[in-house]
Amino acid sequence: MPEWWTYRLSDLLLFSARTYYRMFELYHAQVWPFHVIAIASVVAILVLLRREDGWAQRTIAGLLAVWWLWVGFAFHLGRYSTINWAAKYFAAMFVSQGLLLVWYGIVRGRLRFVVSRSVGDRMAVGLLVVSAVLEPIAGRLAGRTWSQVELVGVTPDPTAVAALALLALATPRSPRALLVIPFTWCVIGGATLWALGSAEAWVVFLSGLLGLVLALSHRAHS
Amino acid sequence: MLRLLGAGAAAALLNPGAAHGQMRGQILARRIPSSREEIPLVGLGSWITFNVGDDAVARAECAEVMRAFFASGGRLIDSSPMYGSSQSVIGEGVAKLNPSRLFSADKVWTGGDDGRSQIVETRRRWRVRNLDLVQVHNLMDWREHLPMLLQMKAAKQIRYVGITTSEGRRHREIEQIMRTEPLDFVQVTYNVLDREIESRILPLARERGIAVIVNRPFQEGALIRHVARHRLPAWAGEIDCANWPQFLLKFIVSHPDVTCAIPATSSIAHVRENMGASYGRLPDQQMRRRMIAYVEQI
Repeated sequence: MPEWWTYRLSDLLLFSARTYYRMFELYHAQVWPFHVIAIASVVAILVLLRREDGWAQRTIAGLLAVWWLWVGFAFHLGRYSTINWAAKYFAAMFVSQGLLLVWYGIVRGRLRFVVSRSVGDRMAVGLLVVSAVLEPIAGRLAGRTWSQVELVGVTPDPTAVAALALLALATPRSPRALLVIPFTWCVIGGATLWALGSAEAWVVFLSGLLGLVLALSHRAHS
Repeated sequence: MLRLLGAGAAAALLNPGAAHGQMRGQILARRIPSSREEIPLVGLGSWITFNVGDDAVARAECAEVMRAFFASGGRLIDSSPMYGSSQSVIGEGVAKLNPSRLFSADKVWTGGDDGRSQIVETRRRWRVRNLDLVQVHNLMDWREHLPMLLQMKAAKQIRYVGITTSEGRRHREIEQIMRTEPLDFVQVTYNVLDREIESRILPLARERGIAVIVNRPFQEGALIRHVARHRLPAWAGEIDCANWPQFLLKFIVSHPDVTCAIPATSSIAHVRENMGASYGRLPDQQMRRRMIAYVEQI
């Protein structure tokens, strides 16, 4: 894009806030009752984090991969692409992350999710709760209806934050390749909300940044 | 030269909502210099407002906006392949309303060799036999696209050829193309606070016989939000303005070298307000200076 520096963030926005939020409403109606499965998967992950056997670790990685693949295909390709031609590239990002999680977490068994008593791990678990509980509430407070809020494993922003939170628990430290796409999405998703004038942008920006810092500063447990 | 069209007046008289938008008398129009065809001074943009995806409710609302636009005497609707689902939303409205005097203005926005196939797809989405005007969007690959568009014009597959930019970008290149290429239209940004094109592009358009479409008349709504905090001056009545959108649009279309402004909206009330700027008295030079001074000081 020539003279790219002359473009404001709002110049790149293709849709109104009303259209964007309504898209979530239509999407939720379309994919119901996948939400039940997504919520069950969050609960399952919280339970499995208390176990350290290989089966539990691979299951957590698998559930995380399912979230990314689902959001890539169902949300980006199936819904977001109706108002944003860039959504097909976002879908490629999410599917790539899903496949990376399958490769590192299931095929190679490189991801062990262990919660220690360290401050960092407690913050990571807190961030997981933020993505699952506080992000929908933040959406409601910012003006969305309940039928328009974002949910972990169903829509992209909380899924990216939850992934960073879980990867911050990985021992030994998560491969950095797994952090790139979730953090990049937090920037894209936050920027979209920022351009739409929503205060939710801060939740996504700060959560993504915290998740990245926690993951990069994570120390392996003995 | 400013022209008065009768069809719009008849439409306005038939439209019960017309009086609200000050649509009395004959609709004002200007001639496209290259053909002498007349188009009303206010058209309809679709950037953001018509990109509603497959939301059936919102698509039906957009069709109603188009209905109000045509009922008010409007003709020119502008879109682009870049605008997400806007083209197909317009096409749904066209199929529903079957407007007799639609002037379809779209763009080519792709790299290199794909221009012709993109225009075919655009035509399919609009559900029209032929597009009236195809413009090179933001000068993207214009050296490849302009010869192709001129060929299509010669083959009567399109009627007019143009180029676009927005918010002052690449004006030197725009001027160079205007000087050397047989353009029918140029689309640029112009409003009461952003008047850069008055010094070079508008005089050049007059000299070269190129019609001028004005985009971003309200600075994507920011200008409306700014002025709406203040009262419309009483003297706005002297140029038949009942509201701020009409005030801002009449400033634009009263420039003799502007052919048409294309405000975008998804509101029926707003499209009627906007179309009101196509009726009644226009400001003269003295009044235009007064309008500038007023908006700059609030």
